[in-house]
Amino acid sequence: MSNIIKEKKMEDTSANKNLKGGIRVMDNKMKMTLPTREAKKDSQEEKTVKFDIQDVDLYYGDFQALYNNNLEIHEKEVTAFIGPSGSGKSTLLKTLNRMNDLVDSCRVEGLIELDGEDIYSDKYNVNELRKNVGMVFQQPNPFPKSIYDNIAYGPRTHGIKDSAELDHIVEDSLKKAAIWDEVKDYLDRNALSVSGGQQQRVCIARALAVEPNVLLMDEPTSALDPVSTSKIEDLIEELKEDYTIVIVTHNMQQASRISDKTAYFLSGELIEVGPTEQIFTNPQHEETENYVSGRFG
Amino acid sequence: MSALVSVVSLVLIITFIFANGLPFMIDYGIGDFLFGQQWAPSPDWTAQDPKGAFGVLPMILGSFYTTIGAVIIGAPIGILTAIYLAYFCPEWLYKVLRPAVNLMAGIPSVVFGFFGLQVIVPWIRNSLPSNGLSMLAAMIVLAIMILPTVISISETSLRAVPSVFYNGGIALGATHERSVFTVVFPAARSGVISSVVLGMGRAIGETMAVQLVIGNQARISFNILDGIRTLTTNIILEMGYASGTHRTALISTAVVLFFFIILINAVFLILKNRGESY
Repeated sequence: MSNIIKEKKMEDTSANKNLKGGIRVMDNKMKMTLPTREAKKDSQEEKTVKFDIQDVDLYYGDFQALYNNNLEIHEKEVTAFIGPSGSGKSTLLKTLNRMNDLVDSCRVEGLIELDGEDIYSDKYNVNELRKNVGMVFQQPNPFPKSIYDNIAYGPRTHGIKDSAELDHIVEDSLKKAAIWDEVKDYLDRNALSVSGGQQQRVCIARALAVEPNVLLMDEPTSALDPVSTSKIEDLIEELKEDYTIVIVTHNMQQASRISDKTAYFLSGELIEVGPTEQIFTNPQHEETENYVSGRFG
Repeated sequence: MSALVSVVSLVLIITFIFANGLPFMIDYGIGDFLFGQQWAPSPDWTAQDPKGAFGVLPMILGSFYTTIGAVIIGAPIGILTAIYLAYFCPEWLYKVLRPAVNLMAGIPSVVFGFFGLQVIVPWIRNSLPSNGLSMLAAMIVLAIMILPTVISISETSLRAVPSVFYNGGIALGATHERSVFTVVFPAARSGVISSVVLGMGRAIGETMAVQLVIGNQARISFNILDGIRTLTTNIILEMGYASGTHRTALISTAVVLFFFIILINAVFLILKNRGESY
């Protein structure tokens, strides 16, 4: 029984690899070099730091929403932000691709580095940042366009015009988001006509189409039914092979199911961060324990 | 009760127009009336047709051309202004522009006509081979007059687009401009088209301003530098002294105008009911 499953899984992954390899040469090269690097990392028991957040304070006008947050987010891991409403977890998430720039009164102090570069420095290209750090929102927000145009929007924004290339990107992205089989015959249809769960996966595909390294997810399943939620959780499990994922969630079971690291926030402060298992079974702080055991929040 | 008054007046207007206009149309021949190229109401004017000729085609085409021209000139300006007001305008400027647009909607049409007569007509006369009183002048005046309608309704529908679409564009690395023009604007498309259709309704019904600048010759011309006549100006020009057949012919002109207005409103309602897809 278990053998069959294993075989199936092997097939799946090899099929996936073939696909990616056939489409982009760059991917191939990366695949060639990555395993050795990963092996090294594993042996050292330490992963590369993707985001380095140092002493971050954030203000909305006079109101301080984040207090002195320090956090490292590691490459190719799922980091979950948990905490009660208004604890600042979504706010911190939005600082990572500078979506908080859209709020006029918002001011960030401290340092946030992506791959060692300060993303808030004047020299940093914010559009490039958002290309590298994709985002999936709480409410599925496909554009009121066809599914194809939704996925192609990002690549077109960044200058890809060749239709054959766009076709490839659309197919590839939808496959990565595990929704290709469901929508391949309806690419011309308005993306808003599919179900909420499918819309959210279209949004994930749309974010993947610009080839980001990091995916930020702001409560991506809170508006979805349990079946769609579990599909998205499976998808996150697959995506962490290739992407660094930061997910904000209110659902503690979800955090414990899918994340490698968990960070607990309360009133704008990062109370505790650690391996997910530790946070849920053996938290170091009383507040964390109260929250994860359901006594608070 | 008040609602009843407006409904009753509407019914009375329709009854009056059709009761007085339709018999003439049938009597004269609907085809001859709608497609007749000659409008010569007074028997003395043409020896060939002692009873007078009532072909309304020149006016139908006149209304059609001026309206289309006004939309071609006015709609892009209005829509771009709406986009600017909704997504680019600094707040202090908005506080100036928004009331200005509202004020524009309140200016009496004869003032627009006078502006056209004093500014646009001389400009055309001096710079183009025309005496100035022309289709072009009417198009420009009407384009200005439909701006408040187009701007207000377009801006409202642009602002009604949920910000999640805009954020989605931004989050993919699109600039503010690109997000507005390629995500928000298409999402507001049906509202924007509605605003243009409503502007068309305003343009086709406009009388005073058009009459002052259009020249009022009842002829068919495709040259925008020629003076022509529209359905509305045909009525206002001659109603004062018309009697008998001439008078009923003018009411029939109103029937044609009424038909166009109904058509435009129907298109508007269909667009409005179809609504945005989000």
